Formats: sequence, C-alpha cells, structure tokens
Amino acid sequence: MVKKISTSLLLVMAATMIHGTGWAAEAVTTDTGTTSWMLTSTALVLLMVPGLAMFYGGLVRTKNVIGTMMHSFAAMVVIGVLWPTIGYSLSFGPGILGGFIGWDPRYFMLQGIDDTIMPTHIPEYVFAMFQGKFAIITPALIAGAFAERVNFKGYLVFIALWSLLVYSPICHWVWAADGFLFNLGPKGAIDFAGGTVVHISSGVTALVAALFLGARRGYPKNVMHPSNLVMTMMGAGLLWVGWFGFNAGSAIASNLDTARALTVTQMAAAAGAFTWMIIEFLHHGKGTSLGVASGILAGLVAITPAAGVVQPAGAFALGAIASVICYLAIMLKGKLGYDDSLDAFGVHGVGGIVGALALTFFIRPSWMAEAAGKVAGGWTVMQQLGVQATAVGITVAYASVVSLLLLFIVEKTIGLRIGENDEMSGLDHSMHGEQGYGLINPN
Amino acid sequence: MKLITAIIQPDRLDHVREALIQADITRITVSRVAGHGRQEDIEYYRGQKIAPSLLPKVRLDIAVNDQFVNITVDTIIKAAKHDQGEIGDGKIFITPMEECIRIRTNERGGSAI
Repeated sequence: MVKKISTSLLLVMAATMIHGTGWAAEAVTTDTGTTSWMLTSTALVLLMVPGLAMFYGGLVRTKNVIGTMMHSFAAMVVIGVLWPTIGYSLSFGPGILGGFIGWDPRYFMLQGIDDTIMPTHIPEYVFAMFQGKFAIITPALIAGAFAERVNFKGYLVFIALWSLLVYSPICHWVWAADGFLFNLGPKGAIDFAGGTVVHISSGVTALVAALFLGARRGYPKNVMHPSNLVMTMMGAGLLWVGWFGFNAGSAIASNLDTARALTVTQMAAAAGAFTWMIIEFLHHGKGTSLGVASGILAGLVAITPAAGVVQPAGAFALGAIASVICYLAIMLKGKLGYDDSLDAFGVHGVGGIVGALALTFFIRPSWMAEAAGKVAGGWTVMQQLGVQATAVGITVAYASVVSLLLLFIVEKTIGLRIGENDEMSGLDHSMHGEQGYGLINPN
Repeated sequence: MKLITAIIQPDRLDHVREALIQADITRITVSRVAGHGRQEDIEYYRGQKIAPSLLPKVRLDIAVNDQFVNITVDTIIKAAKHDQGEIGDGKIFITPMEECIRIRTNERGGSAI
C-alpha cells in the first residue's frame, strides 16, 4: 500500500517536473534592477498598513485605539492568508464566468508560479506579493467609515467576503490582461495604481457601511476628539512614504515610467496638503495638522489612477482639485449628518472619483497620440472621459450593491454593529480585553 | 460642601459620566489612576494570563453642595456597577470640603461650585 502511494506520488512529481520544465523553457530572464525595485515597492506598500493603523488609531477616542488599529492589522492577517490561497487566482487568473472573475488552479496557493519569470522580467512571486499588499490595504481603508462601533468578528468575516466578492472581481476587470475595463477604448480605462480598484471601491463601500450601520452613539451631538494627533501625523507620513511603492511600483518596471510616477506622486501630495492648508487659513484662520494630513491623502488618492499618464503640472492640478472637492465633501457630510467617522468616503471615495475623472484633462500628449493612432478617426479627451466614467460608474454600482448585501448578511448572522453597552465601554475593552494608552487621556 | 471622590473601572466611565449629566451633575474632573483593591483582574498579554499588580482605574472628583451628595452617590453606584456588581467595581469616598473658589470671579463657597 505504502509502496503504491509512493509510486503514484513519484509519478505525479515527475509529471509536475516535466510540466515545470516546459514552463521554464519559455521563461524570460530576471532583470535584477526591476526586481530589486519591485521588492522594495512591495515592502513600501506593506508599510502603508501600519501607517494607516496609526493614522486611523490617532483619530479615534482613547477607548477605541486598539480596536481601530486592529482593523488594519486584521486586514494584514486575513487577506494575508486569503490572497495567496485564492485571491491572486480570482484576480489575475484567466477570466471565467464570462470574465466576471479570474481563476486558474495553478495559482491556488501560488503553486504554479514557482519558476515563473514574467514578461516584465520579475519573478511572478514578486508580482503576486506586490498585488497582495494592495488587496490588504483596500479593505483596511473601509474601516475608517465604521470606526468605534463594529464587532471584531463580524469585521473579520466582512473583509474576507468583501475581498473575494468585491475586490477580486474589480481588480480582475481593471488590471488583468483580459479584464473588460482593461480593454475598454484604445488603451483601456486608465487606473495606474488603484483609483477604482482600491480607493473608489473602498470609499464607496465605506459610505454604504456608514449609512447601513448608522452613526456612533452620541454623533453628531457629542464632540469626539482624536485621541492622539501625533500618531495620526506619523501615520500620514508613513502613508506618503509608502505611496512611492504604491504608485512608482505600479509601473512594474524600473525606468522612465517609474520616475514619472514617483515625481507626480510627490507633487500631488504636496499640492494637496498645500491647498488644504490654504483653504483652512481662509476658512478658519488656522492651519491644522489634521488638515495637512487630509490634504496629503487627498492628493495621493487623486494621483493614484493618474500617476502613469499625467505630467507634473497635471499632478499639481489634480492634488489641488482633490483637496478642494474633498474639503467640500466633508463639509457636506456635516450637513447631511451621516457618520463616516474618519472620512474614508470623503477622502478615498471622493478623491478617487475626482482623480479617475479629472486625470483625463491632463494626459500627456504622447499618450493621447498613441491612443488616437489605434483607432480610425482619432481619439479625443471626451471619449477617454467616457471610458473613465464607465469604469468609475461600474465600480461605484458594483461595490455599493454587493457591499450592502454583504453588510446585511454579516449583520444578520454574526452581527456587525455592537451593542450600546460595548460601544460605551469602547472597542479596546469590549472586543479585545486590552487597552491602548497607559494612563493618558481620560476619555 | 463635600468632595466626592469615586474610583471606578475605566470601561464604565462613559456610563457614569452620562448618568451624572442626566442627573444634572455636570461639573466633574476625571483622571486616570492606577491601583488595586481586592480585585484580581486577569488580562491577556501575548496569550499568557497575567495578573498585573497595579490596575488602571478612573478617578472622578466632584465637589457638590450638601443637598446633592445623595443623588451624586446613587447615580455613580448605579452606573459604575457591572451587572449585579463585581469585585473591582470601585469605591466612593466623601470628604468634607472647607472652601471652594472660582478662579475667574474669586467667588467663594456654595455658589462657586
């Protein structure tokens, strides 16, 4: 019996080896420069997750700081497990179900890419891990909308389902070689580093979740002060640094495109922060640290889809426009009264939509010329705007409908909104049995 | 005039604060303190059960005129208690208060509270 099993095992192994050699024969060589930069980018994007934990953690009240930081870390844990298991396959496998989602059994547990070097001259492992970090940070962004009032277990289940049923399909449509939005128009819907896939999908879900779960107890009557703006500032700084991996890594190269993406990322972040600060000077007479942090994020979010196609002047414009519109959106939130606690929709949703649409007016001429060369009769800015609007519209519609469904299911089965008693005690005590700050900040 | 000092569990702070505001006791001072009574609280640290020697508590200091002592004390007891009462729910100390002065106006006595 044992012998039989080992013989068949050997056969299977031999078959896999032959299979493997077959792949190796067509493989391209690794470019060490590109691979090095992509490894660095992968690490930089992961750095954004603790950055986000600090950013969000500093903004909530003292009793919820651990619970809120755990939302980001839980994404590292849950998506960290899901992504290599099936997430990568669902996102980047060849399309199934009419292109709704990807699937390739070879990608299950990443078992089929052990020898693969991609045409971009990097090992596919690096690409899979790089993309995995995007899959991690996206659901973590949503947590800002329902901070201070969700059940930890319900949250875990929600982000797992959301990653599989919302993130992976949208990622497949926009970024997989056979995705339908990737192939919309002569050069596809422009989403360089995740305007639709990351920011619009999470931002819209954030809004839906904030509306579905309702406001925090006492909102907006009670003032809810940030527990630690120092930590928020450090988090915003880490996000800015990590964003160079996020955007400049998304060229999957180490060349001119990388340099362009890095430059416009830097400029849009600065322009966003600058604009937000000026608005605050005019509006309140004082520039706040939270304003600067929000402006940095608004600029970074807006440049995310655009980093591959706009020039520096366009980056300035996008950062500034995003800050103005996000500022207005957050003021409007106050008027409408829904509780998007940490402005996940106000910055990521709104900034992402602004970036994905407004980038059309700042595309570098050579890109437009190339697009025009691909279709008879040329290609205009307005036509590309139509493509962008289609991608945004589809993302908004799909993310909001499916998210609402998932929120409903999780709320009815495990429970997502915590009870009043637990909410008053704070997530740190009620969800984790811990406390964040030692003896500071009685709140 | 009395000074009411209450030591309560941190997770009951909002319950007590809101109950006091409902009862019209709105002037309070809150500090985070550490201490222990007979309670043996068990916390988890890296998966290990540990019993810390000093436990975090919240201290409320409330200066009241004599007629408000009972309502204040009753309110705190009701809101600070876990369910039917658990070890560690805290203590209330009442001390006579000699004087109360409002810094802004130099008012003294009961009206300054």
